[in-house]
Amino acid sequence: MSTYSPEAQQSGSVPGAPSGRGSSGRGRRSSPMSWRWGDRVALAAAWGAGIGLCVIAAAIVLYMGYRGIQYLRPGLIFTHPRVSESGADSGGFLDPLIGTIVLTVIGIALALPLALASAVWVAEYGRPSWLARVVESSIEIVAGTPDIVIAIFGLAIFQLSLFAPFSFTSQGGGVYGNSFIAAGAMMSLLALPPVYAATRDGLQAVPGHMREAAFALGKTRITTIRRVLLPSVRSNIATGVTLGISRIIGSTAIVLILLGATLRIETQGSVPGIDLLRGTGSSLTTYIYDNSPAGEGGAPQKAYAAAFLLLVFVLLLNLLVDRIGRAQASSTGMTPIGAVV
Amino acid sequence: MMEWLRRPWPDHRAERTLGAVSLFVFVVVVAMAVFVATKAWPIFQHNGLSWLSGGGDLESEINRMTVATTKPAAAVYHLRAWPLIYGTLLSTAFALVLGLTIAVLASVFFVELAPVRVSRVVIPMVRLLASVPSVIYGLIGILVLVPFVGQNLITTHERESVQNVIQLTGAGLAVTVVILTIMITPIMIALICEALASVPPSWREGAVALGLNPLRAVRAVTLKAIRPAIVAAAVLATARALGEAVMIQMVSGGKSFAPKPVDGVVFFFEPLRTLASAIIDYHDGIGSPALGASVYAWALLLLFSAFALSVTGYLVKLPLRKYQTRG
Repeated sequence: MSTYSPEAQQSGSVPGAPSGRGSSGRGRRSSPMSWRWGDRVALAAAWGAGIGLCVIAAAIVLYMGYRGIQYLRPGLIFTHPRVSESGADSGGFLDPLIGTIVLTVIGIALALPLALASAVWVAEYGRPSWLARVVESSIEIVAGTPDIVIAIFGLAIFQLSLFAPFSFTSQGGGVYGNSFIAAGAMMSLLALPPVYAATRDGLQAVPGHMREAAFALGKTRITTIRRVLLPSVRSNIATGVTLGISRIIGSTAIVLILLGATLRIETQGSVPGIDLLRGTGSSLTTYIYDNSPAGEGGAPQKAYAAAFLLLVFVLLLNLLVDRIGRAQASSTGMTPIGAVV
Repeated sequence: MMEWLRRPWPDHRAERTLGAVSLFVFVVVVAMAVFVATKAWPIFQHNGLSWLSGGGDLESEINRMTVATTKPAAAVYHLRAWPLIYGTLLSTAFALVLGLTIAVLASVFFVELAPVRVSRVVIPMVRLLASVPSVIYGLIGILVLVPFVGQNLITTHERESVQNVIQLTGAGLAVTVVILTIMITPIMIALICEALASVPPSWREGAVALGLNPLRAVRAVTLKAIRPAIVAAAVLATARALGEAVMIQMVSGGKSFAPKPVDGVVFFFEPLRTLASAIIDYHDGIGSPALGASVYAWALLLLFSAFALSVTGYLVKLPLRKYQTRG
């Protein structure tokens, strides 16, 4: 949605016709009042659709904001959740919040090198070309796969006894395949496509003379990539990562199926740090799900509060994408890439 | 060792390493297909392709699977998944038709009709709609829309007419379709807007100069030029709608009931269940062999649809590439 040429915006007028009004040379507008009925209805429908969508977006944000201010207390963010019969003393959502952060870190940490390597290879080497095409299609397929299918696939993988050390294991030796590692690994598949696409588009937009200049200085291809190309697409990478993060924090199905969605973070094993990664927990999304009538239904107020927090995160990430894109556009004169949904 | 890594790599080694890492994604895709298909195999072995057909009572079939022992008899595997497929197709089709209409109209509005000042405010808001997590849509659906529909739109008469079969709570097809439409429309708008903006203005200006009013010019020239982009947007949105799990699980009523068009208006209030939401419902029972196999079979069907849609999307975009139009 980022490329709007100024010409396209003035379509309502007939350009070029001489007129006394204004210096831009706009012609006389054909008034909708003189149009046929069908056209007038279509015009009204177009305005209605556009404005209606904005009203819906505004309504969602305002309603969640209203509920959030009503129910969100700082105490909720810093207290552990508790099991309780009534919703009143079920604690806060510190653990889900930590869970979201841990998942994001794991997901991005795994996705970033993979996406960068693929993007660099496809954009800069890409030989043989059929193999590059295969890599590109694979990433497109991953991008198009629903997260619920990725979650189910993760369960199939991590329930293999081969991967038992990575996940929650029962006393009898049964492998549940639920852990932060399992969920984070599958999250990285969600974050991979946006990071890849943004980096590849950025690399393809780098003018060829920058590469040639580096080659002329006697640099090898990989040094050029490392010292010239990657630094110049930093903001593309940042955009991609931001989009990836917003996909990760919004995913419910993977957490529900691969993290166990336990109320508190349950560690597994005795090595500090590793025990957390092997343990189960929940994220803000599953916390919302569990507290809504669809889950246990305990406390809609808590669900609203957590949903408000999640929406704030998403809004901030959206703003960040805009900011990065704008900074890049003003510094390079290129249109921002990757800002498309 | 560190020294060896730190020295600048020769190009051929770097190329091979990067290429090998890139192929990892391909390995993941193959593994995904293989693993899910292997796990789903018992279901197809016992049901064949009649798995896709209807006629059974899904709820009782699944109950039988849940209580089965670790070595279930062949009869336990009996499953007819049509109600789920029907629910998926129904919700996707309605949402797609509604969403595509709105998306085309709104995109024309954003790019061609709206004053710059308006579109500068409006476009970020629509982009926001696309990034709201599905669980928040589900929450709003289940706490706001479902009670509203249940209390205000369903009459007592309608409730009583299907009393013996299902309960109408408000959760059902109507709410599912409305929210699904809101979720997929922004995705289509993003693609259609981009294509609209890339059409050379002179084409439309030519039409206007020939005497068409601006809206007709858009319809006759611009929209025709971007038809492949519209189809590509629809394909992408379909993929999104098919795979939506959590939101639908929350607002669809969670009954393996196939809404019947013959019921009239009640049709829109009847609960349904889709393939994706059924996976959410039954993933706890994945330990029992028969139910586990059916969950994997549903996932396999979704995965297969995603593959097919990816290929369709690629084919649809080919003409766009030919004309050097981005889309």
